[in-house]
Amino acid sequence: MNTPVYLDFQATTPVDPRVLEAILPYFTEVFGNAASRNHPFGWDAEKAVDNARAQCAALIGAHEKEIVFTSGSTEAINLALKGVAEMYGSKGKHIITSMSEHKAVLDVAKHLEKEGFEVTYLTPDKLGRHSVEQIEAAMRDDTILVAIMWANNEIGTIQSIAEIGKLCKERKVLFMCDGTQAAGKIPVNVDEAGVDLMCASGHKMYGPKGVGFLYVRRKNPRVRLVAQMDGGGHERGMRSGTLNVPGIVGLGAAADVALKDLEKDAKHSLQLRERFEARVFKALDQVFINGDKDNRLPGCSNLSFAYVEGESLIMGIPELAVSSGSACTSASLEPSHVLQSMGVGDELAHSSIRFGFGRLTTEEETDYAADQIIRAVIKLRELSPLYEMALEGIDLSQVNWTGH
Amino acid sequence: MAYSDKVLDHYNNPRNVGSLDKTSKAVGTGIVGAPECGDVMKLQIEVDGDRIVDAKFKTFGCGSAIASSSLATEWLRGKTLQEATAITNTEIVQELSLPPVKIHCSVLAEDAIKAAVSDFKRKHEGEDA
Repeated sequence: MNTPVYLDFQATTPVDPRVLEAILPYFTEVFGNAASRNHPFGWDAEKAVDNARAQCAALIGAHEKEIVFTSGSTEAINLALKGVAEMYGSKGKHIITSMSEHKAVLDVAKHLEKEGFEVTYLTPDKLGRHSVEQIEAAMRDDTILVAIMWANNEIGTIQSIAEIGKLCKERKVLFMCDGTQAAGKIPVNVDEAGVDLMCASGHKMYGPKGVGFLYVRRKNPRVRLVAQMDGGGHERGMRSGTLNVPGIVGLGAAADVALKDLEKDAKHSLQLRERFEARVFKALDQVFINGDKDNRLPGCSNLSFAYVEGESLIMGIPELAVSSGSACTSASLEPSHVLQSMGVGDELAHSSIRFGFGRLTTEEETDYAADQIIRAVIKLRELSPLYEMALEGIDLSQVNWTGH
Repeated sequence: MAYSDKVLDHYNNPRNVGSLDKTSKAVGTGIVGAPECGDVMKLQIEVDGDRIVDAKFKTFGCGSAIASSSLATEWLRGKTLQEATAITNTEIVQELSLPPVKIHCSVLAEDAIKAAVSDFKRKHEGEDA
């Protein structure tokens, strides 16, 4: 086993060797511009792009003409939200989204507010979920779009997408879904779920970075977008710019592998997560799962360790590559906006760590990770005056602290 | 974030971790900070006459906070109460090479020392010096 152990599969994944093999010829041998119509170099590139388009469509149950290649999910989200707002803004100015969305959605929503749109930011429940009733209650006559993610990147909570999609259909409101974490990890079918727009990203599913796609529904209803990148009219005018052929081939291959191995991969990640959590919970008290325990992404375990501080906890596990819900290590001192939106207190939010298990994670790595975190928490709790007070039965919320 | 070797040393091998009997008349206890700010320091001194004979700490906080309080207990042992209250956060910053964003950790340690000394003095108010 090599250290550090990589347990950050929600942040990014390595390129699968099968994907790499598919990509390589497109850097050197098949290097044509997919838009060159006059010679075989261009035709071959276009053929490869079409093949990848079909592979991406197959992963999410779409038609290949509904796939628009982008540089990744952030760009796809920008295109979807701004493109819809510009196209349908004369019909209505109201958009509904969630406080627990990725910053890519929240920042675009804020941008649209400056452009004169009104955005309702729904508060998730304590497991990170949104009910259909809550979304319905927020709908107005001028609502044009609902943007709710399929599965959350920090806590892994999976939303009731099909129910939200059905509601949006009934109310004739477009439904945009950030599928970045879900696509390739859990079954995703845009038709069954009634999703009108959905983004996905190559590097979250063992494909390359810098490439992704936006699914744009073309029937029932036909979704129209105002392009956010003007130029040569590529991607049916929705996204100009010479196609990143090797990246797109890699994205397609990654989607193909992910679809074929979906069940196997999900089972593997889930089994490791359960093994990990069982080991941690057996050794430690006062550990809390953030998110919907019974309905999460299979490879995602977001845990809060009470009475220890996040930055010192990260310091105690230098051999684990994980992500912290505490932003103490970065420039801002605010803890995760997702955990805050769910009502997780600042203290627990600060001590949260996201462990991500993926295709390459082994049982040995899983056990090692559990033992490392257990050791660090025990050590820090021995150091913690809060743990000592809690053991003495002191209610910490009643203590008159001298804040600074 | 890069930590100095001294911070890492105190984090990995904290000195004088533990608790003294807070009800004892010979013990002064200082608890400063707040959980929602991400730092709580408990620093205790045991005093014989005018001299600190033992010091213990427990800290909830980042590595620099742990190191600052661990260092403080090392420095406190053997000092008189007057010498103890003369310890400044700047000395802690220098000793541990704390970066500017971590200066508050050293301030907290200085506050904890002063709080422990005043707790001890409060227990002996009205007694002959």
